[in-house]
Amino acid sequence: MTNQDQANPQGSSLWKDARARMAKNRFAMGGLWIIILMFSLCFIFAWFCTDPNQVNLINKFASPSLDHWFGTDALGRDLFARILYGGQVSILVGLIATAVSVAIGIVYGAVSGFAGGRTDAIMMRVVDTLLAIPFLVLVIVLQATLSDWSGDATRWIVENFKWDKEFTGRLTNVIPLFFALGLLGWLTLSRIVRAQVMSIKEREFVEAAVALGYGKARILFRHIIPNVLGPTVVYSTLTVPGFIMYEAILSFLGLGVESPNSSWGVLIKEGSNFLETEVQLLLLPGLFFSLTLFSLNFLGDGLRDALDVKAAKD
Amino acid sequence: MSLLKIKNLKTYFHTRAGTNRAVDDVSFSINKGEIVGVVGESGSGKSVTCHTLLGLLPQPPARVEGGTVTFDGGELLTLSHLRLREIRGKRISMIFQDPMSCLNPYLKIIDQVTEPILIHEHVSRQTAEARAIEMMKKVGIRDAELRAHSYPHEFSGGMRQRVMIAMALVTKPDLLLADEPTTALDVTVQARILKILHDLKDDLGIAVLFVTHDLGVVADIADRVVVMYRGKIVEQGNTRDIFEKPSHPYVKGLLACRPTLETQYQTLPTVDDFLQSEVGADGSFILSERTDAKKRLAGLQKQLKCEISDKDIPTTLLQVKDLKVHFHSGGGFLGKPRRTIKAVDGVDLTIAKGQTLGLVGESGCGKTTLGRAILRLQESKSGSVLYDENELTSLNRSEMLGFRKRMQIIFQDPYASLNPRQTIEQTLIEPMLVHKIGSNHSERRDRIVSLLEEVGLGSNFLLRYPHEFSGGQRQRISVARALAVEPEFIVCDECVSAMDVSVQAQVLNLLRELQQKRNLTYLFISHDLSVVKFMSDDMIVMKNGQVMESGNAEEIYKNPRSEYTRELLDAIPKSTLSG
Repeated sequence: MTNQDQANPQGSSLWKDARARMAKNRFAMGGLWIIILMFSLCFIFAWFCTDPNQVNLINKFASPSLDHWFGTDALGRDLFARILYGGQVSILVGLIATAVSVAIGIVYGAVSGFAGGRTDAIMMRVVDTLLAIPFLVLVIVLQATLSDWSGDATRWIVENFKWDKEFTGRLTNVIPLFFALGLLGWLTLSRIVRAQVMSIKEREFVEAAVALGYGKARILFRHIIPNVLGPTVVYSTLTVPGFIMYEAILSFLGLGVESPNSSWGVLIKEGSNFLETEVQLLLLPGLFFSLTLFSLNFLGDGLRDALDVKAAKD
Repeated sequence: MSLLKIKNLKTYFHTRAGTNRAVDDVSFSINKGEIVGVVGESGSGKSVTCHTLLGLLPQPPARVEGGTVTFDGGELLTLSHLRLREIRGKRISMIFQDPMSCLNPYLKIIDQVTEPILIHEHVSRQTAEARAIEMMKKVGIRDAELRAHSYPHEFSGGMRQRVMIAMALVTKPDLLLADEPTTALDVTVQARILKILHDLKDDLGIAVLFVTHDLGVVADIADRVVVMYRGKIVEQGNTRDIFEKPSHPYVKGLLACRPTLETQYQTLPTVDDFLQSEVGADGSFILSERTDAKKRLAGLQKQLKCEISDKDIPTTLLQVKDLKVHFHSGGGFLGKPRRTIKAVDGVDLTIAKGQTLGLVGESGCGKTTLGRAILRLQESKSGSVLYDENELTSLNRSEMLGFRKRMQIIFQDPYASLNPRQTIEQTLIEPMLVHKIGSNHSERRDRIVSLLEEVGLGSNFLLRYPHEFSGGQRQRISVARALAVEPEFIVCDECVSAMDVSVQAQVLNLLRELQQKRNLTYLFISHDLSVVKFMSDDMIVMKNGQVMESGNAEEIYKNPRSEYTRELLDAIPKSTLSG
């Protein structure tokens, strides 16, 4: 072996390289930390807050104080607690809807791209049809359908497991929304995955796998899909803010989270009623919301750069 | 006085991994009307030198650390961006390696060839077009007036490269930088392009800096040669002197490791047989000649004699009869009418056990498709493939599985043929799992380690990912993966074509060694006649999906019967002047 024939002395994987590049990207790391902070605030710190739904009409529109850090709203409810509890819904919408849509999108796109031919044509016409209908209309219809079931589910859970009725209601109320968004959000992702799969299945290592007698499922799941995960991860971090935004829009329209429960969208909608007198009711939830969106976008950009194979060659 | 004088040029790349001295203290000059060949392997700094001259390198990471480049009395490196633009394309032009991607697909040929004139000179469009067409005729484009109004995709690779040359020369520059201009082309096309360049040099009196990795090309065309290795010039001088009496061990190795039609070695010498390199105190390389180089070469030659003596009567392993593979284009739902491309059109061939059949042809002749059709990676239209007296074309998937174990393939591009998300261990263990070779993990692991040793890699590579390896190492891993199922027949599809000659020699030696040790049978597909001749017992020549000639390799090279084979043989650049 000649000298130029020797590899780098240090072993490293694509993921390890990506992590190192990621750690160098200040914006992306900042975004990551803010998201971690948001997460711990909404899911851990929230338990120690006052009840977000406790009405106190005497103390409405209170200024920030030690008791109420961000003051209170029109019904005297603690705004800080409402923002944190609302964050739970908003963040969960983002994560669950993304998880559902990524799972469907990868499998659907990969099968379509790998099968090719007529199967591919039919599967993609289905996607085209769904894309042709306005997204929000679809979501609203699907959510309405799922809500019918969720009412039954609530009754069933309360009767059989003796869960707290209010808690179960809160849970089953928002779940149709999560899934309605997730079940329809995979369309674009499946297109991306399909295109990636189509280019990767022409690569020689896939042909080598065929020549070695590997089965179709093995080739698809062990050799092709791991190679499309990079772009998929990036795209999905960018869809999280999208889903949070859709939840906000739906709640703003009165179709999402039901009162008295909150989400960032609900809070912004409520706050906008008092725009001229109590502007903090709009600004504070808006700040949390946009901070999370920015962070996720920076994180997504950072991931895209970190997973870029061309950058790995420098 | 020399036209271009490069003195102590240093271009370094500063990356996260450290400083790469791509061009390290390089000095040479070019006179008017002279062709200077710059030869080196990938990573030797030859292209970087070329790009530095016109300020074409991305900065950072590249930085010119020192030296001067004097062009026609003026300094190039310190010129402002605006002044440099006046020189680029007007006084110094450049042609690039890949003619397919260097032309803008959305512009007509005539617009692209006229563009440099319109930018650099104040002439009317008519004059510019007339000059463009005149230049296109000079580079050998027939019916230039008509063809000028077509788009790049209507031109073949060779024609596109001619367009590129016309574009570069249309402003009558003093110096032409040619960066691997023929590497992506077939030998016959390459021979024509080289002739055009040579004629134009005399005709227009331009100087040419010809960058290439192929010593043979340089021998044909250059007046003087500069050999680069790892950023440094190891030797420069007249072409004849360098080829006849190279003084530097690296150059000697480079000349010897390239298989030629006259090669007599059983195993190819490698650069390592000539060269020792040590890392000096300042991080640069110190090269010295091996003292035992002569003895090593003698050892290689001896093996040839014993090979001839032990040839026994071979039995047929693979027989292909009248195989046809047709592709259909168009004919979609609303597409154009169907068009049939006969990629393989009635091919017969026979390979005996333990032998190598060479398959030669230019790009598009169907040689790769034939290899894939034999392995049923591509369904064939008709014909039969008899492997060890079993008809393969009629087998279903599960019946074929047993043969997948016996027949393997090694691909051209070692960068694309390994799954980038799998470690070497995973890559090599998977075929054993699928074919149930070895009973438990530790047994399979032991087999992998011995496989890696067999292909010349250590077991400490097991947990690495493919991107950490060089091209030559990756190809060794591909070979190991093919061997993991213990096949008896391997299709080598252009498996050394993407490599530098020194690495190519190592891989060819490895394939030969494995063949003898494991009694393997090869179908060796390549566009390079000298490589095929080195590897093969018998060979066939393909063109347009059909066999032009077949028979004993030695015999075909001595007395080519078909016109096409003769043309191919003539087009090979002579790799040594002395023969």
